[in-house]
Amino acid sequence: MVKIEAVIQPSKLDKAREVLQSIGIDGLTVSEVRGHGRQKGHREVYRGREYDVDFIHKIKLETVVPSARKDEVIGALVEAVRTGAIGDGKIFVSEVVDIVRIRDDARGESAL
Amino acid sequence: MLVSAAFVLMMTGPGLALFYCGLVRKRNVLGTMMQSFAMMAVITLLWGVCGYSLVFAPGNPFLGDLRYLFLRGVGAEPNPLYAPTIPHQTFMIYQLMFAIITPALITGAFAERVHFKAMVMFSVLWAFFVYFPTAHMVWGTGGFLNAFGGGRVPVFDFAGGTVVHITSGFSALVTALYVGKRVGYPHEKFVPHSLVLSFIGACLLWVGWFGFNAGSALAASSLATSAFVATHFAAAAGAVGWMAAERVRKGQASALGAISGAVAGLATVTQGAGFVQPFSAVAIGLIAGALCYFMVTTVKERFRYDDSLDVFGVHGVGGFAGCLLTGVFATRAVNSVLKLANGRPAPLGWIDGNPAQLVNQLIGAGIGIGLGVVGTLAALKITELVTPLHMTEGEEATGMDLSLHGEEGYNFEG
Repeated sequence: MVKIEAVIQPSKLDKAREVLQSIGIDGLTVSEVRGHGRQKGHREVYRGREYDVDFIHKIKLETVVPSARKDEVIGALVEAVRTGAIGDGKIFVSEVVDIVRIRDDARGESAL
Repeated sequence: MLVSAAFVLMMTGPGLALFYCGLVRKRNVLGTMMQSFAMMAVITLLWGVCGYSLVFAPGNPFLGDLRYLFLRGVGAEPNPLYAPTIPHQTFMIYQLMFAIITPALITGAFAERVHFKAMVMFSVLWAFFVYFPTAHMVWGTGGFLNAFGGGRVPVFDFAGGTVVHITSGFSALVTALYVGKRVGYPHEKFVPHSLVLSFIGACLLWVGWFGFNAGSALAASSLATSAFVATHFAAAAGAVGWMAAERVRKGQASALGAISGAVAGLATVTQGAGFVQPFSAVAIGLIAGALCYFMVTTVKERFRYDDSLDVFGVHGVGGFAGCLLTGVFATRAVNSVLKLANGRPAPLGWIDGNPAQLVNQLIGAGIGIGLGVVGTLAALKITELVTPLHMTEGEEATGMDLSLHGEEGYNFEG
């Protein structure tokens, strides 16, 4: 199993969810995060005082899928959230050792 | 008049409280709102005990006597010296609301760093040292600057340009300098935590200002209407002036700029509302917007004083400009209360052919500034003898909400 963590533009969340649902990915965790990549931050001005905002608001979307579906899910996700501009975000993929469904102790892929 | 009084109170809470609290960081939101709210409570009691008497009782040219101590004799019977058509008590409660908002305005200059106890004590002393004498001089019967009550130097101050905005604005600068900067100012970030709250506050201030200025006619009269109109036009022009200046300098008109400009226009027209025609008010507003923008950006940046919420830049400078502009634009076509010996309305400002009025306005402003500076220093010194002014570095980092009041403004968990 792999965990797919995608840091994306907040405005793209709905589209990402739709696409994932359409290919049968039901489990999804979303959090509001702040950060920056190479894009760095932006500048805000309040009564003439300029402030560099280093950390930009992003959405982090996490889902765990069977290893066999990794490339399919990533491809769908990338297509859904890409604008081609700087700041589109990144996707991180990692191995998941085990899963436990708390309700009934189901383990591994059957707990997805 | 009672509705006007309620409107003016609405300017302090929620108006000013929201306007200010949105401009500070999240950890100081309650502490900032409490500063305004505390004035609503504390100054009210002070006003009842002796404040009203010291301002509006006959006395010497600088202060009233104590005949209205504990509001004795302030009842249903009108006071013909001020407002012959409304109960004396109505006049008293209306004027109280001005005494509340004035020290509340100052708190913006030392936002995010002063102890609650020190703030309350300073404000009470400040009322005695600055507000009561200035208000008596300008509005009290026989006051030194009272144009309509036999003053030596007749100053036109319809709704408190000198009494409220010059005193609070210049006192604010003194407090900001005396108390010192916030930790990390100016190189760290001091980003307003919610311009939405500030927006709501500014809009409430705009609406409340109708009570402030139009109500100062003290009757449901055509003078009240013209003050209302001048107020509104100046606010609009102030917003446009600030936005235009910003657009030229930075390429963008901002929301904070728009509301700051409106407040600047309102503060600046306060003195002249009730004396000036609508398009004079527009000129006043435009000047206010551009001038105050220049003050809070270029001048503040140059001198690096931490007038956190720009009380000096907006109210002090706007009030001062408004005082002088009233000397220019005041006209008998709007206000014909002052009569010549032959019974005809007296010329008021420069456009009426009375340029000497500018000198009177300047003297009035000078007295307001002088008393503001000296009185504020005295109030700060005395307060400091009793209790520290500046929060410790640790308390500042924790925020006023938690370290001064033991609460937090936003508890979203649970």
